[in-house]
Parts: sequence; C-alpha cells; structure tokens
Amino acid sequence: MINELLGIGAIYFLTLVLALPLGHYLARVFKGEKNLMDFLRPVENGIFRLSGIDARREMSWQQHLVALLTINLVWFLLAMLVLSTQGSLPLNPDQNPSMAPDLAFNTAISFLVNCNLQHYSGESGLSYLSQIVVITFLQFVSAATGIAAAVVVFNALQTRATDKLGNFYNYFVKSLTRLLLPGSLVVALLLAFNGTPMTLQGKQELVTLQGDSVAVSRGPVAAMVAIKELGTNGGGFYGANSAHPLENPNYLTNAVENIALVIIPMAMVFALGFYLNRRKLALMIFGVMTVGFVVLLAPTVYYELQGNPAISHLGVNQGLGALEGKEMRFGAAASAYWSITNTVISCGSVNSMHDSFMPLSGLTQMLGMMTNAFYGGCGVGLLNFFAYLIIAVFIAGLMVGRTPELLGKKIEAREMKIAIIVTLLHPLLILAGTALTAHLYAGNPTEYAGWLANPGYHGFSEMLYEFTSASANNGSGFEGLGDNTPWWNISTGVVLLLSRFLPIIGPVAIAGLLARKKYVPESAGTLPADTATFGVMVMAVIVIIAALAFFPALALGPIAEHFSLY
Amino acid sequence: MTNDLRFKEMKQHLLPAFRLTLVLLVVCCLIYPALVWAGAQLAPNGGQGETISHRGRVVGYDNVGQKFTRPEYFWSRPSAVDYNSAGSAGSNKGPSNPDYQATVQARLDTFLLQNPGVPKAQVPAELITASGSGLDPHLSPAGAAVQVARVARARQLDATKVQALVAQHTQHSLLGPDRVNVLRLNVALDQLSGR
Repeated sequence: MINELLGIGAIYFLTLVLALPLGHYLARVFKGEKNLMDFLRPVENGIFRLSGIDARREMSWQQHLVALLTINLVWFLLAMLVLSTQGSLPLNPDQNPSMAPDLAFNTAISFLVNCNLQHYSGESGLSYLSQIVVITFLQFVSAATGIAAAVVVFNALQTRATDKLGNFYNYFVKSLTRLLLPGSLVVALLLAFNGTPMTLQGKQELVTLQGDSVAVSRGPVAAMVAIKELGTNGGGFYGANSAHPLENPNYLTNAVENIALVIIPMAMVFALGFYLNRRKLALMIFGVMTVGFVVLLAPTVYYELQGNPAISHLGVNQGLGALEGKEMRFGAAASAYWSITNTVISCGSVNSMHDSFMPLSGLTQMLGMMTNAFYGGCGVGLLNFFAYLIIAVFIAGLMVGRTPELLGKKIEAREMKIAIIVTLLHPLLILAGTALTAHLYAGNPTEYAGWLANPGYHGFSEMLYEFTSASANNGSGFEGLGDNTPWWNISTGVVLLLSRFLPIIGPVAIAGLLARKKYVPESAGTLPADTATFGVMVMAVIVIIAALAFFPALALGPIAEHFSLY
Repeated sequence: MTNDLRFKEMKQHLLPAFRLTLVLLVVCCLIYPALVWAGAQLAPNGGQGETISHRGRVVGYDNVGQKFTRPEYFWSRPSAVDYNSAGSAGSNKGPSNPDYQATVQARLDTFLLQNPGVPKAQVPAELITASGSGLDPHLSPAGAAVQVARVARARQLDATKVQALVAQHTQHSLLGPDRVNVLRLNVALDQLSGR
C-alpha cells in the first residue's frame, strides 16, 4: 500500500515540477516574446498564408467570439459528414458501419466541445479514417480553442483600457504548433515504445495458448491517445479507454498519460501569473484549486484502498482494495488518483470503471465535475474559475463595503449578471436533465429498462453522472448506462452545446467589458484579490454555488447508497 | 454592432475558417500521425504492439490478457467481455448491486471447489472481480500463489518448482503494485513441462 501511495505522490510532484516552466514558456509564447520554439515561425506563417489569414489584425472580444464560433461550425459539419458516411469511405479495415444520425450528432458535438462522451465503442463504432480525421482532429482543435479563449481573457486583464485583444487565429494556431503538436509527439512516442500500437492494419486473428481463436483490435492508437490526454479530451480509442492494456500498457505509461492531462490546466494558471506579472494572484488561484483537488482526492483513495464492504463480508483477502473495474498494473490508489484528476479536469478518460467505485468515490468524482474549476479543462478550467472569481469579488466587496474591483477594473451589474448566468447554467442543465430523465424512467420502467445497469440508488447515480459529465464537458461515464438511444444522444448533445459555448462566451465577454474600463490604481480602499483570505472567499463561493446546489441530488444517489452499504 | 453586421462578420470568417481547417487537417491528420508512425517503426515490434511466441507461433500479445480455463494453467481474472479482444469493457456493476454480489459469491464458490484445500482468506479479491478492460493481463503475486497447488497437481510437477516460476515472473516495482503476467507465466509453464 505504501508504494501505491508513493506512486501517486510521485505523479503529482512530477506534474507540478513540469507545469511551472511550461507556464512560464506559455506566457512568453502568447505575449509574443522570444522563446525556444521560435524556429516554428515560418511554419505558422505558412499556415496563415495558405488560409488567407492576417494574424496581426487585432480583434475585439466580439470579433474573437465570432471567429471562434464560425470555425467551430465548420468542424461540426465536417465531423457529421465523415461519421455518417464512414462505412463507405476508405481506411476501414474492420468494415465498421456508418453512424445513425442521432449517434453521429452526439459524437460530432461531443468531440467538438472537448467533452468526448462516447455512446459507441471504438473497436466497432469507428473507422480508422474517423478516428484520425474526426476524433484526433477535433481533439487537437477543441483543446486549442479553449486555450485561445483563455489567452483572450489574459490579454483583457492587463491594466490598460482597450478594445484590442489580439488575434484569435494567432492564439489558436500557436496553441497547436507550440504546445499541443510537439507535446503530443513526445507522449505518443513514449506510448509506442511501451507497446501501444500505431498501425493502420486491422484486427489480428490468433489462436491463444490454450487454443481459443481471438482477434486483437489494433489501430493508430498512440497518436490519438497522446492528444486525448494532453488536450483534456478523454475520448478513448478503445471502448475501455485507458483501462485497455494496449491504450495504457504499464505503470509508466499510466503516469505519463496522467501527467499529460493535468499539465496544461495547471500550467495555464502559472501562465496567467507570468503573463500579467501577478504571481501572487496565480498562487492564490493555484492554492484554491489544489485544496479543492486534495479534499476530493483523499476520501477517494481511502475508500478504494479499503475495498468493498459487501466483498469483505465474504471473507476473502481484499488487501489491495476494491478491484472491480480496476486493472492490476495500476492498483486501487493510482486508479483513484486518475479518477479524480480526470473529473476535476474535464478530461474524462478512465483507467478504471467509475460505475464500480465505492459510493462516496462516485460522489467525489461527480463533485469534481460539478465544480469544474479545480484546474479544469484546457483553458476553459480557468474561464470557469474566472466566473467564480468575479462573483467572489462582488460578494466580498459588498460584505466589507468597498467597491468591487478586480485587478484595478470595476465589477458592475453587467459583469455580475453574466457570471451568475454562466455559473447557474451548470446546475440547471444537470439537475433539469436528470429530473426529466428520472421522470421518463419512473413513468415507464419496462420500456427504458435498458438504460440502467444497476438498481436502486446506484441507478439514479448513473443518470445524474451522465448529465453531470455532459454539462462539465467531461466525457467520462458510469458506463453501465445504456446511452446509445435517441433520448440520451439528443438530450446530452444539447446539454453539451450549451455548456461548452456559453461558459466560453460569458467569461470572454466579461473580460472584454473589463478591458474597456479605466484602470483604477490599487489604493487603501481596494480589496486585494491575491491574498489567502480572498482565496477562502472564492472557495466559499464555489462550495455554495457549485456544491450545495447539488446536495439534494447527491443525497438521493451516492450518499443513500453509502449508508446502504456501510 | 447590430446582429446584421455580426452575421456579415461571420461570413467574412467563413472562408478563412474553411481554409484553415483544410490546412490543419493536413498538419494534424497527415503529418502528425505520419511522424508518430515513423517513430514507432523503431519501437519493439514496429508499432504493432508486442507479441509473445511459443513453439514458433504467435500465441498472444504481451499486454492483452487471455482466457484460461484448464486446470494446468494459471487463470486470469474474471472478464466482462470473456477476453474477446475485439472489444473491451468492465462489468460496470455498482458495489451495492445484489445481482453483482451474488455473482461474486458464485465465483468464489466455484474457485474454492476447483482449488480444494485453499482457505477462503487466501483468495485475493481480484480473482472474483472483473477488471476494467476485461483484458487485464496481470494477477497480483497472491493471485498466482493461490493457484500453485492446483497447477502443480494438474501437471504432476513439484509445487516448489511452480512456486519458483511464479517468483521468477513477478514484476516488482518501486511505485506501483507488484504483478505477474499470466500469459508469460503460462508459456514458461508449458516450456517447463516440455509442451
């Protein structure tokens, strides 16, 4: 048990050590300062020239959003087209069929919005062409979209009053060329050298040692898994995601993948500090996020190492913890650690099956997605946190009777309204979606019997988890849910769209509005935002808004299940 | 900016967005995978995944678990997909599910029946719970140890010899859990018995 705990400690420490210099580097890249990847400039200029883009044209926040939404629309159409015709397109050695329209809609949206909810299984649901041109492609560009939006906010938070917030295409393309592409290349090669396939050949038929005939699924896995993690996408090549022994062959690859998915969200916080030259602010944000992360992590590791009480009753040796849905090469601790990093960060890849975790671990996983801002997704995690920050500044300002200001800019009614709409949208989508679905199920349990794999409280948790995952753009699931049906495909598809683009539009709009305002130098009357006291305030806002809103629903699911088991 | 103007602006962005998408398709979907593929050619087995051969034929993948049902082989963990490696999945059974608890109880009873003399307290949980992928290639050292007596009996081998083989195939690591690759262990067993 000790070396399992040492293992997760080492993974976290390594992530932190790598994220700091990466944050520094990212700040330089996005400020346009000299950095060690400047040799790529001709490549970037080539990309801009071929696309007919002037990457030096300064954009307002509205222009940024129009550019972002337009190109996302193009990607959506491309994805729909390929997915619904993949059966008759090339690179399909296993002869997988084209997708039905509702499944193609859900899949296209899901990867477009960086969620990667998967209502299909990779081995039989996608051709290699779709794996590369739809899945891998959207994993790159959706992550870069989130990062670019965060950089717009960085730019807007500077002290000057301006409308000009840089160029969207510049931020977007540089996120790819300077970060996601080279990073993925390194991760993909590490995986390939540890046994992850990277081939265009179809399944291999073979006869096992004891004489059974099996077929082993292969494919261009390594390239896809690298960006799946680094871009906090999470959608796996295989059905079992990173629990699959070819997608995640050993403890080392598990550490590499786990570091890859945490490093950019963490580095973006540091990048904010370096970019604005407000290191104490970045430290406050990092501190709040880390406290939230550890509070969710500790009980999960504890309960998973303790094992399932229902199995303890059998009198077997459960010394390695709860192992249903877990792999022996990772063990209970690294599986628990992975599950929390993947739910606080909107990555949503899994190396063990969340449906089989202990009830309170399921609760912490859901809370990670319900807050959705402890590190958070590529770029968007910081955007979510920014909305909480605005609310905290406003409330704290009212409490002590000072004008609410953030970084020398006044927070007024308009910004507050946007921040509140963005943060309340999340519980609304999750709770309304779950309530509606539970109502449908309760009204006709025989017709919808295929939805739930488990009875009772746990069945309710499966539905709640799915909507939480969709609204957090996370993509993991309690996978026992029979979710490839028109109801689930369409309802979660709609939730995905709303919960991706509004939380990007809102914070960018707030930042854009703040950028225009006059800078008021900090004085004795200013409430400083970079102190531990203010950190506590932000945490309180997160707990009140994000966590408490969900308490009744959580009580019906995981909490009730916990008390039925223990 | 009125809505009308914004729509116009969108149209202005449409052509560059389209062209940029085409360029990035080449970069992300052609150049990037090609680079990874080229690098993977230098990896063991050229990016096809590592395989294990026995008596001149490929009997499986190093990392993909297999089903063993005969008493003379070490058995892998229960699998939700019955080790059909054309797919992969866990059972997704919740911890409180009564059907699941019955399944686990039945697995334990079967195991005890087929491994007479083994006390319940020595059976590790992994042998009665399904893995995440359904293709878990490993057991813990305890999961192999508890099967030694049965395997030795079925092969008419000395139990200490089988035990030594398990020890030899146990991978220790500083950070993660210790484990035994079931397929490798069974291949070594066949070699020991001269099959």
